[in-house]
Amino acid sequence: MNRPKSTIKLQPSARLIKLLLALCLPLAALCLSNLSRSAAAGNDHDAECRPFMTKYRRPSDVPYPKDNQLTKERELLGRTLFFDPRLSESNWISCATCHNPALSWSDGLAKGVGHGMKELGRRTPTILNLAWSEPLFWDGRAQSLEDQALGPVASPAEMNLPLDKMMARIKAIPGYHELFAKAYPSEPISEQTVAKAIATFERTIISGQAPFDAWIEGKENAISEEAKRGFLLFNTKANCAKCHSEWRFTDDGFHDIGLPGDDVGRGKLFREIEVNQFAFKAPTLRNCDMRAPYMHDGSKPSLEAVIEFYNEGGKVKRPSLSPEMKPLGLTAQEKRELLAFLKTLTSVDHPVEVPILPR
Amino acid sequence: MLRVLLMLALFSAIVLGSAPAAEHTIMQANKTFSQSEITIKAGDKVVFKNDDQVTHNVFSTSKGFEFNLKTQAPGASAAVPFNGEGTAEIRCAIHPKMKLIVNIKR
Repeated sequence: MNRPKSTIKLQPSARLIKLLLALCLPLAALCLSNLSRSAAAGNDHDAECRPFMTKYRRPSDVPYPKDNQLTKERELLGRTLFFDPRLSESNWISCATCHNPALSWSDGLAKGVGHGMKELGRRTPTILNLAWSEPLFWDGRAQSLEDQALGPVASPAEMNLPLDKMMARIKAIPGYHELFAKAYPSEPISEQTVAKAIATFERTIISGQAPFDAWIEGKENAISEEAKRGFLLFNTKANCAKCHSEWRFTDDGFHDIGLPGDDVGRGKLFREIEVNQFAFKAPTLRNCDMRAPYMHDGSKPSLEAVIEFYNEGGKVKRPSLSPEMKPLGLTAQEKRELLAFLKTLTSVDHPVEVPILPR
Repeated sequence: MLRVLLMLALFSAIVLGSAPAAEHTIMQANKTFSQSEITIKAGDKVVFKNDDQVTHNVFSTSKGFEFNLKTQAPGASAAVPFNGEGTAEIRCAIHPKMKLIVNIKR
């Protein structure tokens, strides 16, 4: 006898439903447990990170020297001079040509370019966050921003304008007299006031609030869990915080990190100090993913290449090599986490207003 | 009485004239010196102790007080004698923001 057709049809459907349930329930259980594990792990990351986080709080104000306090007139004069190409022999290069606000205050090149389009010896450093920094230049040969400002102007390789000629040009522009009178009313127009104004403007160039800062201030979901693991690595296994410390991610220290080349950096100033040979200033990592290529010689095209370089412990092992440099043994996952963390240091900053230059 | 007084004077001269040299300790921690300025007597020693988590290199190029302690790993300690009067500006070669003024007086 045949079974009713309806009964035959029901059996496979019921079996199918049972099969689907058998597959789905464990999957659902797995997903739920993963969610709760990552939530727990998220809390763990924050707890693990907390002892390091206190060292990265942003300061509440910007330091200005007693004899060169900030006024809006000084900032305007400094900005005007900074963007003025008439401070170069060719009338073509201003400070902003190489320290270009559109390229994170650098120029996107491995090495800077100077007078006559000649390549310079080192990469253009950013001017971000220098109000807290000393000394200045890759080799630290200038004690303050005031000491640094006119170096590139007078340098034959860079702007190639002797300072007496620079002063003659500035004084010949009527519009500058008013700007100087408002900025430094009790001082004559001089190399000193030119340098002071430029330094004042530079002190206002500060990285804005980045997702990292929001996280430091307590917003737990401001950065990803991957970035938090990267932050932990930065402060522990990857050893970065030994030199790239505090909220500016630099201690302004000088280190030989084992890059090949003849440039002895700070060693030129202190020939008798072994640890200064081939040593260059640690730059800020704020907004670093906007500033490829990297290192004083622009030899690393990407942050990945930088991480790889440090993972190897530097290329050249010489007596001056920083004791902080050592092979790190990072896994591919750890390298990704470090990279994710570095990207949280990027802020979206208000563009600086380009000044109309006096004629 | 005169002999007693003379003996007392001689004794005082010996004791005061040969006061032992003092030792002053300056720590390096958080990439700073524990003091920014100290005043010591000629002949005293300053002990530089690295209480930090990074290597330092304490040195001075001040005339008459030149020295270079070379790299000091965390935990390392070295004593520097300061003979003669004057002022020495001490820095770390790796972290030049670390500065210490030592005033040496007789």
